[in-house]
Order: sequence, then structure tokens, then C-alpha cells
Amino acid sequence: MDLKLYKPFFIKFQSLIALFILCLLISLISDKFLTVSNGWNVMRQISVNICISVGMTLVVLTAGIDLSVGSVLALCGALTAGLLKNGLAFPQADLFIGFTILGAMLVGVLAGTFLGAFNGWAITKFKVPAFIATLAMLTIARGLTLLYTQGFPISGLGDDFAYLGTGWFLSIPVPVWISGIVVLLAVILTTKTRLGRYIYAIGGNESASRLSGINISRVKIIVYAISGALAAIGGLIVTSRLDSAQPNAGSSYELDSIAAVVIGGTSLSGGKGTILGTVLGAIIIGVLNNGLVLLNVSPFWQQVVKGAVILLAVIIDKSNSKND
Amino acid sequence: MLVVENISKHFGGIKALDQINLEIRAGEVTAIIGENGAGKSTLMKILSGVYPDYEGKVIFNGKTVNFDNPKQAQECGISIIHQELNLIPYLSVTENIFLGREITTSWGELDKKAMRLKTQSLLDRLKLNVNPDTLIIDIKVGQQQVVEIAKALLTESEVIIMDEPTSAISDNEVKVLFEIINDLRKENKAIVYISHKLDELFKIADRYIILRDGCVIESGNIQEMNADDVIHKMVGREVQMIRKQSLKVTTGELFSVKNLCLRNPNQKQEYLLKNISFNLAKGEILGVFGLMGAGRTELLEAIFGLHPKYRSGEVRISGSATSINCAADAIKAGLALVPEDRKKDGLLLDLDVQKNIGITTLKDMEHLGMLEIQKETQLCDKYRSELKIKTSSGKQTAGDLSGGNQQKIVIAKWLATHPKILLLDEPTRGIDVNAKNEIYKLILSLADKGMGIIMVSSELPEILAISDRVMVMSEGIITAQIPINEANEACILKAAIPKSI
Repeated sequence: MDLKLYKPFFIKFQSLIALFILCLLISLISDKFLTVSNGWNVMRQISVNICISVGMTLVVLTAGIDLSVGSVLALCGALTAGLLKNGLAFPQADLFIGFTILGAMLVGVLAGTFLGAFNGWAITKFKVPAFIATLAMLTIARGLTLLYTQGFPISGLGDDFAYLGTGWFLSIPVPVWISGIVVLLAVILTTKTRLGRYIYAIGGNESASRLSGINISRVKIIVYAISGALAAIGGLIVTSRLDSAQPNAGSSYELDSIAAVVIGGTSLSGGKGTILGTVLGAIIIGVLNNGLVLLNVSPFWQQVVKGAVILLAVIIDKSNSKND
Repeated sequence: MLVVENISKHFGGIKALDQINLEIRAGEVTAIIGENGAGKSTLMKILSGVYPDYEGKVIFNGKTVNFDNPKQAQECGISIIHQELNLIPYLSVTENIFLGREITTSWGELDKKAMRLKTQSLLDRLKLNVNPDTLIIDIKVGQQQVVEIAKALLTESEVIIMDEPTSAISDNEVKVLFEIINDLRKENKAIVYISHKLDELFKIADRYIILRDGCVIESGNIQEMNADDVIHKMVGREVQMIRKQSLKVTTGELFSVKNLCLRNPNQKQEYLLKNISFNLAKGEILGVFGLMGAGRTELLEAIFGLHPKYRSGEVRISGSATSINCAADAIKAGLALVPEDRKKDGLLLDLDVQKNIGITTLKDMEHLGMLEIQKETQLCDKYRSELKIKTSSGKQTAGDLSGGNQQKIVIAKWLATHPKILLLDEPTRGIDVNAKNEIYKLILSLADKGMGIIMVSSELPEILAISDRVMVMSEGIITAQIPINEANEACILKAAIPKSI
């Protein structure tokens, strides 16, 4: 038998194979892993990371990075929670504006879109490196969150709002629906639309794309805006699940999402990668987290293992592309 | 001192050097003369250890040597000063000179004092009045060049190769450089001097070696030559290529440029293009020739709207003034640019052939916001057969194809926009003879259909083979516009050679 014949197959499905082996190992050791309830549990846990990572994938495909997602998530979650609970009050003008759940959510998502677009604007207009611009936004948005919440959680948002993070629809958790729809839209965007094609083109060769008449700045601003919007949606899910907007919510989420993107095979230098790869990456991280908890591995070791997996994934990816 | 025996070098199937024999002597300045692509830089890269694989022998001081890398060559005593200087801008003069050869104390600490002293003595020897602690970024290009020479002297190089040393420096700095070269000659160093500027060579060189198509054509004492002889020897070759059948009568102005100027983004007072004016008729092929640094590529880029901030002048298309400030404007106005460096500016190497060809016209393939992929497939299939692009399918990755096929993809993506004016920058660089001829045929047939074509090329035979008219540029200005029936290699080259000294 010639193993070389199977090599392309292995490379193509390496993350899927890795996931399969991972599941097999965990289920051999723990009988709690392969149950329906645990399956939904994992899916619900990773739905936020999937939302964020989809946006991150688009950004990374253009050879950028968005470090601000965690803070944007917190700010938008807090904004929605605050509007829902307290509305907007202007005592001087004797004016009070109350918000419905949908209204407050819309404002939250719009705020995320705006913050993302601002990132894109700074990056394209002033040629600030994406790393720096979004690092600045990470700090700014976190500061604004603390200002808005005065450092205290905003809790008690009502059962209706809690449906978003904890409810079920057609026997599937609502957050899983949301992340599923986000993934579906993103797959269509990347494979079937002009914008999607431009995203790959810019990441693959920015100068050739510019010469081909593509408006680089516009595409980049849109991509960062999408990333901001998806972070905001993640913020809504987190806030709803906890029935509370925490001022420190989402810290270091950017790292988890970058990990998902990278494990999913997207190149940090842009132009190569897929949404489904990222989804697989997010699932691998989720399953790993879940498995380590089920196996009673100490949380300290969990971090070490996670880091090692990320490193391993990239090393395998690199050595494969070199052999080709 | 340095003898080259029967050196040949192939790149793929192309012979870059063919049985080269030459000798470089101590205490002399040897000028290497040749057109672009004659093999000068390949030869220099072999001598300086950049290309370790070649046929033949290099004999240095009586011993056969074969350098694996430039560092080895340097340690042996052969240094090269490249056209683009290899200095680190934010390190000081001293740190640059000693980079990789730092003097350390017995503690392993950098011996800054010793390095500074040595640098000072080198700078004194080269009469460069600059503090050794100055950062490279703060000194002039000409002074940077002297620092490169100091670097070569530090390793006690016996052979110093200078590749186009005067391309970026002022006349005064050239004088200083020549004084230094004269001093080095007195110190019995061997200098190899490569330049397009013939008058410079006559001033500084003792001997000359003329290369053409990878062969040594002639060598001897430069005093026995004059400029016309040299030009004649550089170009004298038989042309084996398709030629235009007949001279077309072209009528009707399609495109014109008036007083186009382009400032240097790095040095605002300097101009890369000065008062460029010309016109182009429907169906005409305008060949643009110039040597390195003449501003050929910049001309096409400026027309295509790539440097709107630094450009001034007027562009007219079909008689009406058109303002073009980005590539999208240019495409809308009916322009297309096939860039010089297809890997850097032309192709999306990681994407497949079909996506590369479709990228300029995706707008026309949208239906309700979704791309109609089958339209793109049709477009790709159309150009694959029309331009004979050899791929197994449209799904093949562009980066895996040969240079000729890649170039056809870039042309195809531009033809898809149905341009009125096609700008070609070195359309046949680095591709084999057959693909070249196919591209020439294609260009001729496009012109027959009424497209106006501006083709920049550094290959004279190519220019002469398919142009209707030849425009020659030198140092950012147009030095000649010659109808094809009056054009020959000598008169074009004469107009192209800068007269800066």
C-alpha cells in the first residue's frame, strides 16, 4: 500500500481527523463526553467564539488582525443591558427613552459595527498597522465599558432577554442557531459574492488588487465593521446567558478566536483559509476545553495543553505546505 | 589577478552566460558594458558568490575558487557594491561597517572604541567628512556609497565590484567617487565598474569588456574605442523574430498626454518624469525604450493613476480631458495596465486561474448580489482558448504555472475589461521564446482591432519588431520619438544613454 497516495487526503481533512481522534480519546476515558446533553453544552459554549472567529477570519484573510473583539463584545453587551434596564434618561429635558429588547439589541450591534468601522478607517486612512489600531481599540472599548457600567455588572434583564442565551428553538439551543446562521451567511459571503472574492484577493496580493481597480480601503472598512458587529452579537449572547453584563466580559476572547482561526488553517499573512476551517478550529478548542474539564485536568494544565495544541496545529500546517 | 575561464550559467532552459573568458587586473578599472539582459549582473553574482552553481572556473590569485555565499567571497577579497545599497538606515556608520564583523573585547563585549577608530581611519582614507556615529539615514546617498566602499576596504578586498554606482548620486558626488576610485587604483586594487553611462566609463576605466547575449564580444583598452564603436558592439546582433508585416497608416488621436510630471515621493524637489507629452493613435503600437531608471515604469503608473498626489499634467482620451486618480478610474476610462512584475503586481498567486481572470470584471457577473460563477468559468474558458493558456483547467493555482502562461493570465484579465488603451510594461520579461512570439502576435492582432498600445520594454529587438513608433526616455524626459522606418538600435540607444556628466 502506498501511503503517499493518501497524503493529499490527510492534508485536506487534517483538522477533521484531529477532531475525530480527539473525540475518540476523550470518549474512551470519560463516559460523560459522548452524550446528547454534553454535545449541546459544548456547542452552546463555543457559539460565542464561533461568532467572533468568523469575523476574525474575514479580517485575517485580508492579512489584518482584530484584537479589539473582546472589549467590543463587553461594551456592546453592557450598552444593550443598560438601555434595556435603565433606558436613556435626560432629566434636564424631562425626557426618558425606553428600549424594547429588539431596540436595545439593535443599538448594541450598531455600536459594534461602528467601532469596527472605526478600526478599519484608522487602518486604511492613516496606515496604522492593524495590530496597533485594534490594540488601541481594545483599551478604549474596555475603558468605555468601565465608564458606562461604573465598574459594576448590570444584572436582572428579564426572562425574555435570557431566551437569546439560554433558550431552545426546535430542540436546538438559540445561541447555536445564531452562530449557525452567522456561519452560513459568512460562507455565502466568502464563496459567492464579489466582496468575498475581494477579501481573498486583497489578502493574497494587495498591490495586484489595487491595480485591478479594487477599492482596498472600502473592503477593509467593511471587513472590520463585520468583525465589530459579530463581536457585538457575541456580547448579546454572553450577556443574555449570564443575565448580566459584566464589565470584564470577553477579556482574552481575541486570543481564543485567533487560535480558532489559526487551527482552522487560515494563514495569518492573508489570502488563504476558509470559514468552515475556522468553525472546525473553534470546535476543536471547545471539545478540548470540555474534555479537559471532564477528565478533571487542573485548570492550570488546561492552559498549557491548549497552547501546545495551537503550536502543534501551526507546525503541522507549515510542514505540509513546505512539502508540497 | 582574477581570471574567468569558460563560465556558463543556465536558468532553466535559458542560457544567461555562454563560455565567458575574461581577466580582471590589479591596479586597473575594468568596465563591463552591455545592454540589459546581456549577462552583466549574472556574471557579477557568480564572482561575488551569490550563485554558487555554474560551469567553468574562477581563478583568483592563481587558485581556483568556488564561493558558496557572498560572505566567503568577501573574506577571500572580492566585494560587491550593489546598485541598491545594503546598509541599515537606523544604525550608525561604524555599526554598519562592522556589521557581522564586530570587534569584541576579551570579555565578549563590543569594542566600540576600536571600531570607531578604525572607521575614522577608513573614512579619512576615503576623504569622507562624516562623524562615524552618524546614522546612515542622516547622510546623503553618495556618502552612503562611500560607506559601502569603506566596508569593502575593511575586509581588505582586492577586487571591488561596483554595480551602477552613479545611478542615484549627484554630479559632485560622482566626482568624489571618481577620486576615490583613482586612489584605490593607486593602491593596486582591481575595480570592476558597471554602468550604462558611457561617458563615465571613458573617464574612469582603463579596460573594457563588452557583453552581449551572454558572450564576451570584445575586450581591450578603452582609449582605443569611442562611444559609437561601443554602441555598435553592444547591439550588433541579428534579430530572429517576427516583424511587423507592413507599416500601418494610423489615423485619429485616441490618447494624449501633455506636460505630465511626476515628483519623487521621497525627494519632493526631484522629478521622476518631466514634461512628458505624446499622443497615441487608434491601432498604434508605441514602443517606449529606456535604460534602467529612465522612468518607463513610472510613466505607465502615472498614466494609470497610481501616484495622484505627486503627478501633474493632462491626459486626454478620445479628445476629452480625463482625470484618473486611481486604478478604478483608469479602468473606467478604458485603460489597462499589465505591470512589469507580474508576481508582485499582476497575479493573485494563491488563487486559481479563473479567479485571476475574473477579478477585474466581477461587477458584471453579479445577480442579486451573488456571483454567477458559471459566467466566470465561461470568461476563463474563452481566454484560455483565445490566448492558448496552457492549464489543465481554470481551477489550477496561478502560482504553479510557467511565466509565459502567467503573463497571458494577466493580459487576459485586462482584455476582459475591453480596454481602448493597453499599457504593457515589459510584457515578455522572463518568458521563453515561443511564449514571447505568441504574445507579440497577440499584441499585433489587438492593435489591428483598433486598440492603442503603449509597450515599455528594455529589449531593443522587441521594440523594433512590433512598434509603429519608438519613444525613447532617459532620466525622466523624452529624448527621441522615431518612426519605425527610421529607427535602428544604434540611434535608439544613443538617445537612451544619459548625458549627466
